[in-house]
Amino acid sequence: MSDSFSALLYLVASVCFIMALRGLSSPETARAGNIYGIAGMAIAILTTLVTPQIVSFWLIIVGLLIGGAIGTYIARQIQMTALPQLVAAFHSLVGLAAVCVASAAFAAPEAYGIGIRGEIHGSSLVEMAIGLTIGAITFTGSIVAFAKLQGLVSGRPLVFPGQHLVNAGLGILLILLIALFVMTEAPGIFALLVALSLAFGFLLILPIGGADMPVVISMLNSYSGWAACGIGFTLSNSLLIITGALVGSSGAILSYIMCKGMNRSIVNVILGGFGTESGTAPTGPGAGDKLVKSGSAEDAAFILKNAGSVIIVPGYGMAVAQAQHALREMADLLKKEGVQHVRYAIHPVAGRMPGHMNVLLAEANVSYDDVFELDAINHDFASTDVAFVIGANDITNPAAKTDHSSPIYGMPILDVERAKTVLFVKRSMASGYAGVENELFYRDNTMMLFGDAKKMCEEIIKALE
Amino acid sequence: MADPASLAQRAGELAGDAGALARKLDALSQQLTMATQQGAHAGTPFVFELTVFVLAVFVGYYVVWRVTPALHSPLMSVTNAVSSVIIVGALIAAGPSGLSFAKIMGFVAVTLAAVNIFGGFIVTQRMLQMFQRKK
Repeated sequence: MSDSFSALLYLVASVCFIMALRGLSSPETARAGNIYGIAGMAIAILTTLVTPQIVSFWLIIVGLLIGGAIGTYIARQIQMTALPQLVAAFHSLVGLAAVCVASAAFAAPEAYGIGIRGEIHGSSLVEMAIGLTIGAITFTGSIVAFAKLQGLVSGRPLVFPGQHLVNAGLGILLILLIALFVMTEAPGIFALLVALSLAFGFLLILPIGGADMPVVISMLNSYSGWAACGIGFTLSNSLLIITGALVGSSGAILSYIMCKGMNRSIVNVILGGFGTESGTAPTGPGAGDKLVKSGSAEDAAFILKNAGSVIIVPGYGMAVAQAQHALREMADLLKKEGVQHVRYAIHPVAGRMPGHMNVLLAEANVSYDDVFELDAINHDFASTDVAFVIGANDITNPAAKTDHSSPIYGMPILDVERAKTVLFVKRSMASGYAGVENELFYRDNTMMLFGDAKKMCEEIIKALE
Repeated sequence: MADPASLAQRAGELAGDAGALARKLDALSQQLTMATQQGAHAGTPFVFELTVFVLAVFVGYYVVWRVTPALHSPLMSVTNAVSSVIIVGALIAAGPSGLSFAKIMGFVAVTLAAVNIFGGFIVTQRMLQMFQRKK
């Protein structure tokens, strides 16, 4: 096949990938979009396989079979609640693959037409080093994110004195090493570059706490795209450049949306350590003296049954307790009991990855017509009888609007306090991730429902029946 | 006018001119090939790649902003699957005959990317299957 013909097929694949993202603008077109994505990938792989450089196929087939089997098995087995750690793990693989491809290009540049060993073209060296560095950072960074999400290490930010200084020093060192590598093309420096980038990836994500994971995952998503881009520049392959740019900008936009959802800057998130300072002592004097009204499942069932409209606000606690199915059952029963509106309100940073709550509700067969984003539903709380908050805390805290000294000040919140009655399903009075106490718990129109989210929903269902 | 001697002389002159022109052309074409060869590894292709890159970033920017927030999780898993197109580079490394360091690296990268491609697309499909309008 001629070079220009394969370039043309790569262009078709690129367009397929754009269509895959385009499809996600609505749930109706999304499945067709995914088919475009699969088609694009198939075209890209087949086009590459028939290029004359590829003469030996057995290792490729073995690799595809092993990888394909593992990927298929994992994707079929995974629970939707474990989605964030799965995505983090997948990101790490892209990073490692980028490192491998860069190493192969360094060892055998002839195969890619970028020079001969020891005399690789300067511009290719720069691009190779950048792709390699980003790939390695993505690899170890994603491993840390995976370990935190999976609960293998504590989700608390890991901070040590001089951390930022060490990271800044390492960053500068990496840039110097890249320059040195381009000038000398020495294998030793290549290895050193890999090692330091791997270490940098670890150190970069360690200080970032569990609830900042939506930003971290988006950021690593972005990195994996830029790594592919770097490799694309090295190999002068437009398909890799286009795809990398699409993925990179997608991850960057998601990071931005997540940061805005918390009213924090990306720099603030990356520097980490959020949620440690105020986590130990509850804020405000005499927090223990105030009265909390706690109720039983029967009380909740009674209030819910007699409401005209209910808005359910799910959070990470719902995911942990796997309460989405019981919750949907409860909502169905309420509709049967004559509650006119039962809707769901999703905060942008609820859960551990962008859109996490939407997927869990979809899994529980909630119609997406009943699920609303913050901007679309926030005005309706004032005319709602009951706000049912399940496993969420910080995203409902009015301190974000009133208390200038609060760490979450300025964060957009769901205005559940405007509803006539607020029900909080929570395991204890513990403060949320930000370590800020929620004054809503002490209000007269609030009732706390202490217990596991799933059990509580099941008990409410029993009481309703 | 039709003096054969002068005609022959003119023809000779013309032939000389043509020869000079041909030599110039040859030199020019040599310069041109040299220029393209130099260009292949310096300015032009890089600028071309950069053009593609910048345009793709813009396409990505506008397309991704149109993605509905409810589908941000599938967006993440599908971009993850798609970024495994890096397998193209891996296949070229794993393709030559004989065993070498580059070939082994290529094999590892093919395997890793394959996990991602199959896993990413299947998990995206599973998710999207769940987003249905009920009733």
